[in-house]
Amino acid sequence: MNAFAIETDPAPSDQTVIVERDLLLSVDNVSLAFGGVKAITDISFNIEKGEIRAIIGPNGAGKTSMLNVINGFYHPQEGTITWQGKVRRKMKPYEAASQGIARTFQNVALFTGMTTLDNIMSGRSLKMHRNFFWQLLWRGPAEREEIEHRRKVEDIIDFLEIQAIRKTPVGKLPYGLQKRVELGRALAMEPELLLLDEPMAGMNLEEKEDMSRFILDVNREFGTTIALIEHDMGVVMDLSDRVVVLDYGKKIADGPPEEVQASQDVIDAYLGVSH
Amino acid sequence: MFYREAGQFKTSYQADQALFPILQDRIGMVVILAIAFVAIPLLANDFFLTSIMIPFLIFALAAIGLNILTGFCGQLSLGTGAFMGVGAYAAYKLTSIFPDANIILMVLLSGVFSAAIGAVFGLPSLRIKGLYLAVTTLAAQFFLEWCFIRIPWLYNYNASGAIEVPRREVFGLVASGAEATPIVRYFIVLGITVLITWLMANVLRGRIGRSWMMIRDMDIAAELMGIRPLRTKLMAFAVSSYICGVAGAMMVFFWLNAAEPSSYSIRLSFQILFMVILGGLGSLGGAFLGAAFIWILPVALKFVPGLLGMDIAAETVEHATFMTVGALIIFFLIVEPHGFARLWQIAKQKLRVWPFPY
Amino acid sequence: MLYDIFIDPFVQMYDMPDFFLQVLWEGFVAGILYALIALGFVLIFKASGVFNFAQGIMVVFAGLTLVGLNENGVPAYLALILTIGVMGVLAYGVERVVMRPLVNQPEIILLMATIGLTYFLIGFGEFVFGGEPKQMITEQLGLPTGSTAFEIGDRGLIILQHIDIAAAVIAILMVAALGIFFNKTRIGRALRAVADDHQAALSVGISLNQIWAIVWFAAGLVALATGIMWGARSDVSFALEIVAFKALPVLILGGFTSIPGAIVGGLIIGFGEKIGELYWGGLVGGGIESWLAYIIALIFLLFRPQGLFGERIIERI
Repeated sequence: MNAFAIETDPAPSDQTVIVERDLLLSVDNVSLAFGGVKAITDISFNIEKGEIRAIIGPNGAGKTSMLNVINGFYHPQEGTITWQGKVRRKMKPYEAASQGIARTFQNVALFTGMTTLDNIMSGRSLKMHRNFFWQLLWRGPAEREEIEHRRKVEDIIDFLEIQAIRKTPVGKLPYGLQKRVELGRALAMEPELLLLDEPMAGMNLEEKEDMSRFILDVNREFGTTIALIEHDMGVVMDLSDRVVVLDYGKKIADGPPEEVQASQDVIDAYLGVSH
Repeated sequence: MFYREAGQFKTSYQADQALFPILQDRIGMVVILAIAFVAIPLLANDFFLTSIMIPFLIFALAAIGLNILTGFCGQLSLGTGAFMGVGAYAAYKLTSIFPDANIILMVLLSGVFSAAIGAVFGLPSLRIKGLYLAVTTLAAQFFLEWCFIRIPWLYNYNASGAIEVPRREVFGLVASGAEATPIVRYFIVLGITVLITWLMANVLRGRIGRSWMMIRDMDIAAELMGIRPLRTKLMAFAVSSYICGVAGAMMVFFWLNAAEPSSYSIRLSFQILFMVILGGLGSLGGAFLGAAFIWILPVALKFVPGLLGMDIAAETVEHATFMTVGALIIFFLIVEPHGFARLWQIAKQKLRVWPFPY
Repeated sequence: MLYDIFIDPFVQMYDMPDFFLQVLWEGFVAGILYALIALGFVLIFKASGVFNFAQGIMVVFAGLTLVGLNENGVPAYLALILTIGVMGVLAYGVERVVMRPLVNQPEIILLMATIGLTYFLIGFGEFVFGGEPKQMITEQLGLPTGSTAFEIGDRGLIILQHIDIAAAVIAILMVAALGIFFNKTRIGRALRAVADDHQAALSVGISLNQIWAIVWFAAGLVALATGIMWGARSDVSFALEIVAFKALPVLILGGFTSIPGAIVGGLIIGFGEKIGELYWGGLVGGGIESWLAYIIALIFLLFRPQGLFGERIIERI
């Protein structure tokens, strides 16, 4: 919001109507290896403020590793990450969170012992500050703070239409709802950048439609920038403003959906080609 | 049938976040407190207070302490006994140095020392997880036990190597030492236990309690949401050790009158761990149920042969008690791995839907 | 002060090599015994993911059964066979009564169950055989007793107890036998399969229950051998349980699933605590043997959180 803004490079030349946006994050020449295994090789791309950016690619292409690099869980051996105009130093995941990066996970990573409400409240952790001694007393500041944040969380619960499961332990919820709660938890952080790792994996058509609607609404109503990994090409092409395609840890295409769709490299990567 | 919340509407978030949102629970709580504060002091004899109620409350408090760490923050600890010992020795030293200070205050202060030591032994928890962490806490257990033996300053250079509680008065009543009456001790122990339980219930429903549970349930996700793992875990270690320390100090000052290093051995750690697991990990009420079971059962078992008219050596009874407790632990784990707290919830659920099965 | 810590112990080691070698030998024997307890843990952990806290108590229980039977007039070898039978019954009972109903529970619950088992075995053992310490029937079992002194040049001599030598030999034989059993037999293969993945093993028709009973029985045999060796060095009583906790740092060092790890870990702890106690312990008043093992394990852990032989943990999300 109150971040540094940097003018983007001129938009790709063959596209005429591209909205000029500020850069939120840019990844430059990043490489990541585990021992001898190269997960990401020399990848550069950027995410503009307010867009929905998709990262796609076949299994094992390094998509999740890319997200892990962005939110500080993995540290790339080479390359730099520029967040809101500043080159980021090596940081811990909780620092990324405090700078406004939230995410959901490929395999749902909810706090299974807690209720839906508590899970989403946990997203407010960074915004709550009453110290231990106020917490001991509860009455007064701690309670007021809790209620103030509860209101915000209830808004999210309304938005995601999960009122009925507010007090249900999340471990008991069906998979589709768990994904929704996880989205709610990330939204509760009021992030600048929302990373979604396969938000629609394992969902049926109806659930996918719901989830797509939520993602679009989040993007439009709250203006949240979203980077998502998804295998459902229909969803990706409909939702995203720009798409980056990875294969074997390398970037093979980057651009608007139509352009990427037409790229021969991408078709080869997905369908396989005899080299 | 009697346990239904139908018709009880909450009109504010404040009401919804209360400790006991359901009317029946509130009534139940008042009844329990009335029994504890009024009925028991009026009706109970000295034996009941000294051998059952006082140790029960102390152990329940220690179990709450361990539950904070293991049940709510997911860090396994086998060093509870030693942390309780730190509290006991700290309280003893404090009251030796400041003989005129209020003993209750000293007992509450002694927890600060065990909190500090607990936090130090919690440091490795950043890198070490799960069962591996057990070894850290075992190191604490054996190292601290060794300190209790080898550092004579801790027990004022007594020839016996044990700490003996001096006579201390609070508001004109003898609170500790051999002359203290069970009823005074009972009220002090009850007061401290209820107070700390209430404070913990507050912490657990707020931001800090949630951050502990986040670390317990999925530490990586918690970190990606802005929770600092080390700070959060150390806080759990410190709070847990504080409570255990206070319980340990109460154990010697208001119950045993004297303690030696072996009073705070690994056996005690296990006893408390049993209470936590059988009561239910992550449940304050469970800590009380677990403590009641583990403490009162062996005491009750001692009377069984007498009641049956059998004449059995005390030693044999003790062996049989060990066996029975071990077997019952396994039995209850099989019946309900989530402890008495879960059984209680299931019972409430059944009451709610009675007379229908679902 | 610094001299006492950093130089003096080494000067002593050089000045009195016979004493140093004796200490090393003591450490070696203690290490072997720790390794044997840890071995029992590893067997069970590998096959069922259960951290068997009762292993240390099974050692005492086995020794106690053996001695107790002999005291009641059973000849030594028959008592040995009967004790093996008792361990078999125990293994079957544990599988039937404890493991089977608790399958698929979180590891802390299984750990608690084995602690419950520990209590039960302590109570049961004392109930049946009495609580007072007992003498191991070393001679009746045909194990060597005496000792031999070796001269090292002109620098002094070290004394080796024959029973210690026998312990070392038996331990090596037992590890070798387990190695062959694991790698060369059909049941051994099934064991490894179960260790790898319970469900996959089930799906190819391996009976989990049978495997678990076998593993607990094997662990029981290891416990019996350990109990005999241990009992020969000191009395047989449940006071030994405190030593059984030492298996935990050993396991931590070696990793929960590695048999070589258990042995190396046992030796490191054995050497470390004997040398530490005798050369450094005096500086702080002695008795540091009670916690040194845990501190050693802790220091190793801080550098290698997965243990010496454990696989590197890569965290994934």
